[in-house]
Amino acid sequence: MTAGLKFYAGYPITPSSEIFEYLAMKLPERGGTVIQFEDEIASINAVIGASWGGVKAMTATSGPGFSLMVEGLSLAIMTETPLVIAYVMRAGPSTGIATKSGQYDVMQVRWAAHGNYELVVYAPWSVQELYDLTINSFNVSETLRVPVILLSDATLAHIWERVVLKDPNEALVINRKKPKVSKELYKPFEPEEDLVPPMASFGEGYRVMVESLTHDERGYYKATTEIQRKLVWRLINKVRKNMHMLVDSASYFVEDADYVIVSYGSTARSAYGLVKELRSRGVKVGLYRPKLLWPVDEESLIKSTRNAKKVFVVENNAGVYVNEVSRVLRHKEVFSIPVIDVEIPPPESIYEVMKEWM
Amino acid sequence: MDVTHPLDPYLRTDRLPHLWCPGCGIGIAISSLLRAINKHIMEGHLKQDDIAAVSGIGCTARATLYLNFDSAHVIHGRAIPFATGLKLVKPNLKVIVIGGDGDLAAIGGNHLLHAARRNMDLTVIMVNNMIYGMTGGQVAPTTPTGVYTTTTPLGNYEYSINVVKFISTLNANYVARASVTHPHILEKYIYTALSKEGFSLVEVISPCPELFGRHIGYKDPVELFNKLKSLIRFEEKPQIEKSDIIWGNEIIIGEFINDNKKSFLRIIGRGV
Repeated sequence: MTAGLKFYAGYPITPSSEIFEYLAMKLPERGGTVIQFEDEIASINAVIGASWGGVKAMTATSGPGFSLMVEGLSLAIMTETPLVIAYVMRAGPSTGIATKSGQYDVMQVRWAAHGNYELVVYAPWSVQELYDLTINSFNVSETLRVPVILLSDATLAHIWERVVLKDPNEALVINRKKPKVSKELYKPFEPEEDLVPPMASFGEGYRVMVESLTHDERGYYKATTEIQRKLVWRLINKVRKNMHMLVDSASYFVEDADYVIVSYGSTARSAYGLVKELRSRGVKVGLYRPKLLWPVDEESLIKSTRNAKKVFVVENNAGVYVNEVSRVLRHKEVFSIPVIDVEIPPPESIYEVMKEWM
Repeated sequence: MDVTHPLDPYLRTDRLPHLWCPGCGIGIAISSLLRAINKHIMEGHLKQDDIAAVSGIGCTARATLYLNFDSAHVIHGRAIPFATGLKLVKPNLKVIVIGGDGDLAAIGGNHLLHAARRNMDLTVIMVNNMIYGMTGGQVAPTTPTGVYTTTTPLGNYEYSINVVKFISTLNANYVARASVTHPHILEKYIYTALSKEGFSLVEVISPCPELFGRHIGYKDPVELFNKLKSLIRFEEKPQIEKSDIIWGNEIIIGEFINDNKKSFLRIIGRGV
């Protein structure tokens, strides 16, 4: 709401429903609309429609619900529709344990939608970061005209912490670019130098053509290699070439570290506890925590592990993001420390696996 | 722009010719829609820039590519949710959903149901050609029992859906069935549907000689058109109980529901 949210559409699913319930109370007071749909498919498509109506829009969901949303996510990518999805991970596969935590869906968020694209995903580790990165997610989605996913989990959804809220006037709030040319000359998919096209809304007289098919700058369907290449590469490059405004990570004690743990989201809290404990015992260990999960911030990952002899990737799943870390740090020894725990994995259970390799 | 036809201002004429087959009824459905819109505009009820056209995927859904309004051609079955989100944040727009029977009543059936349940302020034009056209003539939930299609080579053995009957059980303010064989009635119903608050649905019976007619002995467009025309029966006060479509029997057209229940936007206190 600080970022200017005006539309929320959703379908109840644990552990994300609190977001829905809170907004159902608060958003109408601020002139916004909240509606419960028949399923997650309708929810994401309504969010896309609302965004084209000119407002900031979002939904929240969890595993099975996100599975239903990916078709719409692909549409949002193709039509360059700004929106935010709060994805609160729970234990899967399938219904799994709806009330319990896990980080199983890190690859799903990146790859589930059909087609080729880059996607922006943030992974907060605290309530404060949930707040800050939500504002940031809206800013990124509005700036690049991309869907942005805020990936948290049941642990973070249920935690109570102190949080400093910003006054809307002191928060940095970015709104989408509007057309600068006349209605006759405007093309809804004609990019500027940053590869992002200014966005006209419905009802402003621009006669926009929102097209799910491969389209040219007017939004006209074209089934040629030339247009397909041009469009797909622009959708990818508008994210890649604007990485500088997306990157966000934190490093702790990495300068002299022999061992660096890579961990993200709620699990990084445990990893941080372990690092501090090991440091007090004189072990030179550090922590690198990407807040931007996708695209991978290779530069800060390389920098933070520069002096490390070994890198451990700690995740509350069967070990998935480790493949990305191994890819980036291909000349280093990278170990997967998958700790499946329905709560936040305790530092001891991480250390138990890690010590084998230290 | 050179205006060669009175309805040209409502078309992206640079995109013509359209992709519909010779003998297809969708052209009549869309020209009826445009005449109804034009009438509203001439009478001062509507402005061209206050109209939004939303469609999913299918032959009928291609209409939005040619319409000179703010338009969205989205994914299969999801036109209604997109349109709902748009209407909720831009209540002053007249949001029209255009789609086929497969798009709206099969994959999008759940959204159709719930939009009608909410009495959501949308006008839905559903062209029913009783077949999947764009994908090559597969059976649709609207395909009458017994009809041959590419996925029912021994004849369709399923019961079909009667969308008029189904939607009439919900809270829609307007439910009508028309046919492209009777365009004056079709235009009148779309005109009425556009003047309604809340949910309005016009089912448009339309011939597909290429993929529906072909397998049942009506490959010739004129023959199929004439056959369909002979089956259509207009009723001033049609009965929902008699509205089922059984191929070979009379197909009843008429206004089944014409109500003025409080619409969704009225209920939530937004101007319409």
